[in-house]
Amino acid sequence: MGYLLQGETGDWEVVIGLEVHAQVTSKSKLFSGAPTLFGGEPNDQVSFVDAGFPGMLPVLNGYCVEQAVRTGLGLNAQINLTSVFARKNYFYADLPQGYQISQYELPIVGEGVLTIDMPDGQTKHIGIERLHLEQDAGKSLHDQHPTKSYIDLNRSGVALMEIVSKPDLRSPEEAGLYIAKLRSILRYLGTCDGNMQEGSLRCDANVSVRPKGSTELRTRCEIKNVNSIKFVQMAIEFEARRHIEIYESGGTIRQETRLFDSVKVETRSMRSKEMAHDYRYFPDPDLLPLVLDPKMVETIKAGLPELPDDKKQRFTVEYGLSPYDAGVLVAEKASAEFFETVAKGRDHKLASNWVSGDFFAALNASGKTIEDPPVSAKNLGELIDLISDGTLSGRLAKDVFALMVGTDKSASILVEEKGLRQVTDTGAIEAAIDQVLAANPDKVAEVMAGKDKLMGWFVGQVMKSTQGKANPAMLNELLAKRFQK
Amino acid sequence: MTQLTSLTIAEARVALAKGEFTAQDLTQAHIKAVEAGRGLNAFITETPDLALEKAKESDQRRKAGQVGALEGIPLGIKDLFCTKGVRTTAASHILDGFIPPYESTVTANLAQAGAVSLGKLNLDEFAMGSANITSHFGPVINPWKRKSDPTAQLVPGGSSGGSAAAVAAGLVMGATGTDTGGSIRQPASFCGIVGIKPTYGRCSRWGIVAFASSLDQAGPMARTVRDCAIMLGSMVGHDPKDSTSQPIAVPDFEKALTGDIRGLKVGIPKEYRPDGLSAEIQAVWDKGIAWLKDAGATPVEISLPATKYALATYYIIAPAECSSNLARYDGVRFGLRVEGKSLDEMYANTRAEGFGAEVKRRILIGTYVLSHGYYDAYYIKAQKVRRLIAEDFANAFKTVDVILTPTAPTAAFALGEKTDDPVTMWLNDIFTIPTSMAGLPGLSLPAGLDGEGLPLGLQLIGRPFDEETVLKVADVMEKASGFSIRPKGV
Amino acid sequence: MSLDKSAVRTIADLARIRVPEEDLDHLAGELSNILTFIEQLSEVDTDGVAPMSSVAAVGLPLRADSVTDGGQADAVLANAPDKAEGFFSVPKVVE
Ligand SMILES: [Mg+2]
Ligand SMILES: [Zn+2]
Repeated sequence: MGYLLQGETGDWEVVIGLEVHAQVTSKSKLFSGAPTLFGGEPNDQVSFVDAGFPGMLPVLNGYCVEQAVRTGLGLNAQINLTSVFARKNYFYADLPQGYQISQYELPIVGEGVLTIDMPDGQTKHIGIERLHLEQDAGKSLHDQHPTKSYIDLNRSGVALMEIVSKPDLRSPEEAGLYIAKLRSILRYLGTCDGNMQEGSLRCDANVSVRPKGSTELRTRCEIKNVNSIKFVQMAIEFEARRHIEIYESGGTIRQETRLFDSVKVETRSMRSKEMAHDYRYFPDPDLLPLVLDPKMVETIKAGLPELPDDKKQRFTVEYGLSPYDAGVLVAEKASAEFFETVAKGRDHKLASNWVSGDFFAALNASGKTIEDPPVSAKNLGELIDLISDGTLSGRLAKDVFALMVGTDKSASILVEEKGLRQVTDTGAIEAAIDQVLAANPDKVAEVMAGKDKLMGWFVGQVMKSTQGKANPAMLNELLAKRFQK
Repeated sequence: MTQLTSLTIAEARVALAKGEFTAQDLTQAHIKAVEAGRGLNAFITETPDLALEKAKESDQRRKAGQVGALEGIPLGIKDLFCTKGVRTTAASHILDGFIPPYESTVTANLAQAGAVSLGKLNLDEFAMGSANITSHFGPVINPWKRKSDPTAQLVPGGSSGGSAAAVAAGLVMGATGTDTGGSIRQPASFCGIVGIKPTYGRCSRWGIVAFASSLDQAGPMARTVRDCAIMLGSMVGHDPKDSTSQPIAVPDFEKALTGDIRGLKVGIPKEYRPDGLSAEIQAVWDKGIAWLKDAGATPVEISLPATKYALATYYIIAPAECSSNLARYDGVRFGLRVEGKSLDEMYANTRAEGFGAEVKRRILIGTYVLSHGYYDAYYIKAQKVRRLIAEDFANAFKTVDVILTPTAPTAAFALGEKTDDPVTMWLNDIFTIPTSMAGLPGLSLPAGLDGEGLPLGLQLIGRPFDEETVLKVADVMEKASGFSIRPKGV
Repeated sequence: MSLDKSAVRTIADLARIRVPEEDLDHLAGELSNILTFIEQLSEVDTDGVAPMSSVAAVGLPLRADSVTDGGQADAVLANAPDKAEGFFSVPKVVE
């Protein structure tokens, strides 16, 4: 049995469904020609359509439609050749039209599936309920003035894909894996940049609990607009414990919208959403049904990139990587491509170790991105070549790598410049051994008396005297021979 | 010189071309008429200075050999069309002070054709009404008078009542109207002028304050069929900014006026003769049928059985769409704001004070029929009946080329009559609404006077995008009717 | 169908229209009359009839993804009843 929360009356299971709002990577808005750039002066990226002015009408962005179809195909989902835009009617200061144009009864994408990779190597299939296109609202700023809220409509009308999962998730960890995987797929497809800080990817979590072993679905609460995976997990855990406490003290859960406070680490009821809402969805009379050409869907399908699951599978077969290593490498399309460039024509295991090891460490430490890496794939590849042909020991290679970071110098040039070539000349190594043995007769005696542990000390001393350049295997072998005498 | 304000657009076009007078002369004469006609309350905003400036530009263009289809013609614009830099009210308090930063496609098209706007015409608030009595700026008065009681003030019909009254009284040579359930045709009938609602999708809706998006259509109102044809040609055209605008070519509507309707089959729907229809209306209708026969057309009785449900269908669909379309009037970005302690209070105060009684009623009904638990029973049901209504027409048009009906069940009535019950008032649109539900072109032309000397109109309905046949038949009937009597009310 | 006062109050709240208490009765009567009128539709047999949301016969047109609008904050704000620092302003909302 998986994740369970212990209550006073027994164990409880958590049931989670996620609604992810992913901003489509389009230049202009879903229904207007205003730009979608992040930031900018308030109300400057706004058309009169986005501001809900009298007589203004929406015209659908065809690119956003294609991106929704691409995403649907990437989620192995059904593409609905006929879909309908509907108005979701409610009043809010940052909703200029008094309704959001969304899709309700007939979304552009129907049921699909997303596979998450559990840490134990197992996979779990999470159902996708639907994906629909809708427009974003503007932004309300409540902390700029003592008695007023300020409204910026720059985001108003930006295209979103709302991706709704089935309530198949059972732990905060699974929820985190789901979001990470979804984000990975969206980035592979290029349909959303996945930037959670800038709000390009936001998550609503529907949470309920039930006693272990029960199959009922109890009342859920929706936690709105959480903008990091960690916070989603914290919010779910808090909310689940809140439900359990209420049930165990004889209370009932009221279906409501809640807000996650990341400072206090708690969820609370949203006052602004308390007024009874009845969205009165109906087909938008300004927009006729969207009918897709099956050929267009086929063309998009044919142009889909290799997605993380397939790539991971291929990496384990083609490069002999463990599922875990492969999973790490394919999480980002760019890192998978980086790896494949490095691995091409080289030792796959060596390439994987170097990319996942020193390279990722340097990447994290430098704060750079895979698109602008601290060491290029070409240079890293050459370094590996130098290991394979014996020019560098693994140890020396680490030193050379450290020198490569942040420069554009190739490994071979650095080896020449710093004279870091590995010493494989038996005579030179033996001479170094002789020197060290001669300088430490007492320690030699100890080794001869059976204190084997000191062997390592001698290796270190010889390495030191050769500035680390002695071929380690040869050194070990020659040293052992010397003591055997 | 003949009186400039009694010319038709077609006549003025010839005289302007001959140089008998200038666009500035013509505009000046109409500005005077507008001033003299203020008692009708047809205008909400007069823009004489702007008009003279535009007339001057028109005269310059003419000198340079650039002559648009409406070059130098003074028109009035229903105040539902957004006009850049000129206050636009939709006859509502809630749009207080609103100055659009953009120009509607239809009015931009008219300006492109050389037309000169004299200002913004009164209407029912948000185009909701059939008598032009719901305007925040007061009712419009019909220039026609009852023989028996010339002092009684009659309504001009609605919602394009300001347009109809201004055209009938010679304040403008033509006007734009909009028609959702009869708002061009019914006031045209009440004021003895011609008005055509083209096929849904013919005119762009971009920049027109929306009432019910699936029904709203702009159209011309003028004193003759030919004038309507001329104006229509300049108003229509595909607009990529309106997703329901049809990407089809614009015909030469004036060329359709051949005078030859021999062999045409004219449908006479039996359901349009309800019990209690006045004998005078029946008589005018019969006269119309006779004119068509004389011209070589064949009347054919047809049946439109779902028609009797059109009014109820309309009063679900139109309020539903309006309840959503009018949600944007919230006191935040434009227009009236009445403060409140909270955002919701500000909304409720603003909308309570900003909207008039009829608009509020329709918003509430629309909100109700879309709400949870009632949507299927009301809204979906109405959409199904709407399909039946449209199918009736489609079936009829398998055998007939055009349909002839009365435009309205009565002549113009007096201010204050029929106002006690909203449903009674809605009956004014009983003959025009089915056409709107089906999105078909419909035209009203004056066909005679009733016993009180008030005009009565007949309606011609055509196939989708066949305005040409409608105009051609109307032109023949207009000639046969000899209707040229002008109101004496100004 | 007849609406009572509390139903009218709920609808008016949804539509964000303040209705004074003393007007509710009258309005309930008016709206009930209208509902009675439109309920004649229940006698129409619509089995198997698809709802018709538009008469327009063409499909939904799509536009290219290019930036053709925006960069006009002044015009967007010009009609605002209340604005500050480039924002629209409204009575404070407490989340
Ligand atoms: Mg949602
Ligand atoms: Zn959403």
